[in-house]
Amino acid sequence: MSSATASVGNTQNQRITPPPAWRRFVSRNKLGTFGIIVLAAILILSFIGPFFLPDKNPTTVSKIYCSPSWENPLGCDNRGRDIWYQIVNGGKKLILVSAAAALISTFIAITLGALAALLGGWFDTVILICTEVVLTVPNIILLGVLAAFVTLNSPILMVMILAATGWPTLLRAVRAQVLSLKEREFVEAARMLDLGLPRILFREVLPNMASYILINFVFAMTGAIYGQVVLYFLGLVSLSGDNWGLMVNEAYRQGAAFSPDGVLYLISPIVMIVLLMWSLTLVARALEDVFNPRLREA
Amino acid sequence: MEIQASAEIIQVEEQEEIRVNPLKKFFTGYLFRRSLRALLTIYLVSTFIFFLVRLLPGDPVQVYINKQMTQYGYSYEDAANMAQSLFAIDVNRPVLLQYFDYLGNLLRFDLGTSITLPGTSVASIIQSRIWWTIYSVGTALIIAFVLGSFIGMIMAYKRGSTFDGVASTIGSILNSFPNYLFALMVIIIFGVQLGWIDYTKMRGSLSSGQQVEFSFAFFKDVIYHAILPIMVYTLTSIGGWMLLMKSSTIATLEEDYVTAARARGVPEWRVLTFYVGRNAILPLFTQLTISVGFIVGGSLLVEPIFQYQGIGSRLLESITQRDYPVLQGIFLVITISVVMALFVADLLYSRLDPRIRS
Repeated sequence: MSSATASVGNTQNQRITPPPAWRRFVSRNKLGTFGIIVLAAILILSFIGPFFLPDKNPTTVSKIYCSPSWENPLGCDNRGRDIWYQIVNGGKKLILVSAAAALISTFIAITLGALAALLGGWFDTVILICTEVVLTVPNIILLGVLAAFVTLNSPILMVMILAATGWPTLLRAVRAQVLSLKEREFVEAARMLDLGLPRILFREVLPNMASYILINFVFAMTGAIYGQVVLYFLGLVSLSGDNWGLMVNEAYRQGAAFSPDGVLYLISPIVMIVLLMWSLTLVARALEDVFNPRLREA
Repeated sequence: MEIQASAEIIQVEEQEEIRVNPLKKFFTGYLFRRSLRALLTIYLVSTFIFFLVRLLPGDPVQVYINKQMTQYGYSYEDAANMAQSLFAIDVNRPVLLQYFDYLGNLLRFDLGTSITLPGTSVASIIQSRIWWTIYSVGTALIIAFVLGSFIGMIMAYKRGSTFDGVASTIGSILNSFPNYLFALMVIIIFGVQLGWIDYTKMRGSLSSGQQVEFSFAFFKDVIYHAILPIMVYTLTSIGGWMLLMKSSTIATLEEDYVTAARARGVPEWRVLTFYVGRNAILPLFTQLTISVGFIVGGSLLVEPIFQYQGIGSRLLESITQRDYPVLQGIFLVITISVVMALFVADLLYSRLDPRIRS
């Protein structure tokens, strides 16, 4: 009896002061919240974690494939190096390169997509054909073939090659969005006032798509992570240093998949990569949910 | 009576309109425009790969000639002749003419000869490998599409239920799991650690000694060796279909014609299958575009892991060995297959949803 009245009082209370926005977000979007927490944890681990590590990760013959212990929480690899050390250090570059690649491909997609929609005519046609071609060729295969011709020995080249293959999907979407925005009164007014294409594009059209672009930036990042790990896994990158992608490649080449002791060496980076990609997707979905109420579940 | 008459008139008018100029209708029609687009894509990709091979720094053809001259002491003439037969182009001619030769050879399916396996034509290498990939990738694509959209539909009908929650979580994990990493996990966990599957015996696309023949043993063997790749492709792409179908179904459930059908007292199962399901699945067809390419691309990494003898593992070999004629040929064939697959998907889609033809 008393609990019933209490719950009634509670709902009345809620009606008077609605829960804060983040509370509503958390209760409606549990997976999205989980994604944000995981992503934050990965970012903290990768960018702040390295400061708490010793400078070196020495190879120790006596510790080859050692089991997890206090000293080596995830055990050791085939050369007796600490795996936890490599995991903490291995995310920074991967994330930065993917973010840079996503930034460039988003930029390409936005400028070319919006210009194609605003200018129309032959420019639109050429852009559309290019998009179709790049979209048709399987992305990974294009990456692999390009990497066979270019020696990937610098992070900048990596960024370029990833950005070069990552723009078409977003470009199509941006073009479609701009085409519909173009018909709106405020864009028409700006055109009448002859405000100039850059101003119309960057001040009138794009701000209206900001949330959409942000969401797609996150998706572009997962694409770039995927592509990057593919390049590492194929052994087409001549870069060294700790990196989850490189770890997977080395562990696989050293046969860690087939030796019962090497499991952690191979599984740890895989788990990190999947967690990173999964949390990014969840965050993107959560953003979609926040910005696009139409998708909201009743 | 009057209504019937006017309906007949409309019908007659429509028929006359069709009869006016069928040729013009064909050339402005969807089928024609779509075929043109497919051909253009194939042409542009062939051009792209030609100039990639010929014009990039460290031109593989030139590298090959130089290597023959310095390593084996051939004269430039001999080396150029060898390169010519390998790449199926005449290196002494201007690049533009070489380009036309190359296009001509393509039309005759002459893709040159392998560098690492002298005397083996690229066409025969592709011929021996591609069917395995089409079979495994195609099967997985169909299973994932059918099963995924079915599960997605149920998720939408039971929105907010435990089933929906569990399926959404699993679907989103699977969706962001790169297929080759998934393949590795399958081997590590179920093959090495638990010992449930004998992955060494399942390697290859056929058991050694198994003849290609029309027999039960053959088909059993083919399925046995393809189970792991098919399972990996299916599981890593099913999540995408589930989530897409779920949101598409939710959107369709809100349509007025669904409410109207329910109000008319149409049985619920009929509403869900004929009114909602049929319309909700339409957007998924456009997604096939990305999915086909994605799975075919995945074969580049999944096949080597299972040592499946498909086109993907062969392409990887040619990339690591820098066997450019083979690389170029496989790249082209894969692209053409994807273009054809998309072409078929689009035609199917235009039959299902005539609105996109305009």
